[in-house]
Amino acid sequence: MSTTDEHPGSSGSDVAGPTHGGPDDDHTPAQLAAMDRTELDRLGARYDGVEILHVEPGPLPGSGLEKQATRQVTMWFALAAFFAVAFLVVYAGSGWFLPGWEWEVGADAWSALFTPLLGLAMGLSLLCIGIGLVQYVKKLLPHETAVQDKHDGSHFDRVTTGATLMSGLDKSGLPRRKLLLGTLGVMGAAFGAMLIAPLGGLIKNPNTGNPLGTTSWAEGVRLLRDDGTPIRPGDQQPGSLETVFPAVEGGNRQADAATMLIRLRPEQQFSEEPREGQADFSYGDYVAYSKICTHAGCPVSLYEQETGRILCPCHQSQFQVTQGAKPVFGPATRPLPQLPITVDDEGYFVARSDYIEAVGPTYWNRERI
Amino acid sequence: MATTTAAPGAPTTKIGQAALEFDDRLIVAGPLRRTLNKVFPDHWSFLLGEIALYCFVILLLSGTYLTFFFDATMQEVVYEGSYSPLRGVEMSAAYESTLGISFDVRGGLLIRQIHHWAALLFVAAIVVHLLRIFFTGAFRRPRETNWLIGVVLLVLALLMGVTGYTLPDDLLSGTGLRIISAIILSIPVIGTWAHWAVFNGDFVGTEIIGRFYIVHVLILPAIILALIAAHLLILVKQKHTQFPGAGRTEHNVVGNRLFPAFAGKATALLFIVFGLCAALGGLVQINPIWLWGPYNPAQVSAGSQPDWYIGFLDGSTRLFPAWDLNLPGDYTIPALFWPTVVGAGLMFTVLALYPMIERKLTGDTASHHLLQRPRDVPVRTSAGAMALTFYVVLWISGGNDVIAEKFDLSLNAMIWFGRIGCLVLPPFAYWLTYRLCIGLQRHDREVLEHGIETGVIRRLPSGEFIEVHQPLGPVDEHGHGQLAYGGASVPKKMNQVGGARRAIKGFFKPVEEPAEVQRQAELEARGLESEQSDRQSITSGRPSEGGRPSEGGRPQAPRD
Repeated sequence: MSTTDEHPGSSGSDVAGPTHGGPDDDHTPAQLAAMDRTELDRLGARYDGVEILHVEPGPLPGSGLEKQATRQVTMWFALAAFFAVAFLVVYAGSGWFLPGWEWEVGADAWSALFTPLLGLAMGLSLLCIGIGLVQYVKKLLPHETAVQDKHDGSHFDRVTTGATLMSGLDKSGLPRRKLLLGTLGVMGAAFGAMLIAPLGGLIKNPNTGNPLGTTSWAEGVRLLRDDGTPIRPGDQQPGSLETVFPAVEGGNRQADAATMLIRLRPEQQFSEEPREGQADFSYGDYVAYSKICTHAGCPVSLYEQETGRILCPCHQSQFQVTQGAKPVFGPATRPLPQLPITVDDEGYFVARSDYIEAVGPTYWNRERI
Repeated sequence: MATTTAAPGAPTTKIGQAALEFDDRLIVAGPLRRTLNKVFPDHWSFLLGEIALYCFVILLLSGTYLTFFFDATMQEVVYEGSYSPLRGVEMSAAYESTLGISFDVRGGLLIRQIHHWAALLFVAAIVVHLLRIFFTGAFRRPRETNWLIGVVLLVLALLMGVTGYTLPDDLLSGTGLRIISAIILSIPVIGTWAHWAVFNGDFVGTEIIGRFYIVHVLILPAIILALIAAHLLILVKQKHTQFPGAGRTEHNVVGNRLFPAFAGKATALLFIVFGLCAALGGLVQINPIWLWGPYNPAQVSAGSQPDWYIGFLDGSTRLFPAWDLNLPGDYTIPALFWPTVVGAGLMFTVLALYPMIERKLTGDTASHHLLQRPRDVPVRTSAGAMALTFYVVLWISGGNDVIAEKFDLSLNAMIWFGRIGCLVLPPFAYWLTYRLCIGLQRHDREVLEHGIETGVIRRLPSGEFIEVHQPLGPVDEHGHGQLAYGGASVPKKMNQVGGARRAIKGFFKPVEEPAEVQRQAELEARGLESEQSDRQSITSGRPSEGGRPSEGGRPQAPRD
């Protein structure tokens, strides 16, 4: 260690400056060495504003109470070790000296028990550690009641810190240099805008091509079942419902194209009141409505034949099939859009056009597109 | 250095020398001692926040494990894994990899279910912790900042839940995603733009799982971690609140020091929370995605339920009437907008601003470190009960289809119960809670004035029967107690003031001497200091025991 120091401002000898009334001044090493552990503990605590009010000692060493508590805690930790080993045995042993863990339909019981056993062993092991620790603290540790002071902010600190901050500001001269200050503001705003600008890559125009208002349905597009087979008018029983998709590539995976083809029962057909201007959208006793709920877009799929109601399982909107699928209960506000249908030359159902309104949930400018 | 090692009290053991070397370099002894000496109040309700913290630790650990196997893409693949009922089915890679975690990773299902259970418990612990803070007034000055951070953490936890719930891309989560999409669309003016920004186009697109994934595993956890750190630092800086009791003031904290008692208890709780999640994850099936099947926009299963913490939004959406707002110019504000965006927004805004609202209304701008018992602040307690009732009605309505089915009720009747109930029941809850608070307050004062009912009936010479009351402290000439109510719990049974003998310890056979315990108890009852070491005696009046006033804790001569 060099004792010469050429740094400017140094006083020559490189030793630590005086301490400023810290605990090391009050207590010499010799004094501290003369104190026992409890005294040192309390002394340190006092420096942290903590006073030990009351100590209720743990059980007497060698007493029956202590032996019993130690036995209990030991038992919990031993159990924890046992269950941890049990976990390892089940985890590593399955498929080795135990039956395989892979689950198969109709497989043996072990694979069905694999996950529950793992969870049980791990859970019990962890719980035993926790319970053992609680028992340790409650039964073997002395119960100590301590009180610690709570300080409000220091006036001295506030005044001196404030002065340091303000004098720094004064030295910078910013409050006087108005043009610089103004420019800094403009710079900050422009810089911030620049940083978030790349998020503009997320923004896309939702109105190009009206994707919300159109589906794959178009004139002459066949109605297909999920398995891709077309439907003839004679295929369905009266009162039944079939989910159909447009005969286009991937039509059965499109989010807005799913349609319900419903064959009304004769008495329903006579009482049917279609929406204005949509009387010819049906074909005989067949009507086709969008399956996408006009409320939140769930597939409405619970059809009650008796009442002709369709229920959405998400929020329980109910639509009356014989009245143009208008909402009769629940939070939906608009009828399910109706798909105009007819049959083609080969006798299969086809759409006459796309839906004449947007399917699915309502949005801000829905009526305008 | 030579002077240090030669100083008296220099460490002689290996560990001591190592500690000295360590502290020579990093100077940690001072801060470490301050940390070890920090006093924590001893009350169970202070552990609720810790449960949330430990759940978050479990979520980080189990979630990291899950990322090793999860593939967050929506590319269509054909399933060839070991779950035979779905073999050959087209599904997204996200769903396929989740099936892989469940069936083809050894122990993967356990970790997946632990993750889900820990998430449910995480939000529940936050909510219960929040209720404790609310009903005891722990949010008051100077702790408004931490309240605000807590509310933000709750919202972020809900977002974590929603994004995590979506990731497996099963039928249930896809239905949830469809509703999220509709909610975004319902925002006036910017709804469709926001939807295109989030989904990169129309529902469902090919991006959303990947985007939710990075939000779920990086962005939100990072923010939550930073906020938890701030939450805890502020807590340490401001020190804990405490319930009023003997020796407890606005300027101190009474309890256990961190080391060793509190550290032991906190670690124990950590293990218990871990153990509970592990046991639940193994024994109680949660979200069996293989039963729901891959997402298909044309399919839904009846009785679809979100995770419990989103139930209230599902309920509010079911209850809200079909009121689209048609504006001039053919613009529409969809009915869906009100119960979701506006409803949840209002609820969390009012929650976040509550400390400021209460400060404004009561004019109480003082700092508070002593907690209030809910009964002592009947207006706040009743308002809280009112809000809670509203929430519970919405929450029940979120599952009203299941209730209607199980109890064979009309679904429409359940909806109307919810619609009317969410308006009528909260004011009723307010009234009821207010009366309960006042009643409990009166009972406290009655016991302080007249003493505890002893159950001893005495016949006076005049023939009148009276019940003997045990005063809690000094009494005036009329026999009325002079103790004032101090905001602490008032003992109401003789057992709480030492009226019953303490049980002898030992389960199968006594492990302490009954006669000795008896002698100690008698000495204590007479207020005498035990001359011998009182190692096996218990002393009442420890402030940590719920803050019973120790002065009045000793039975005195019964008075009429």
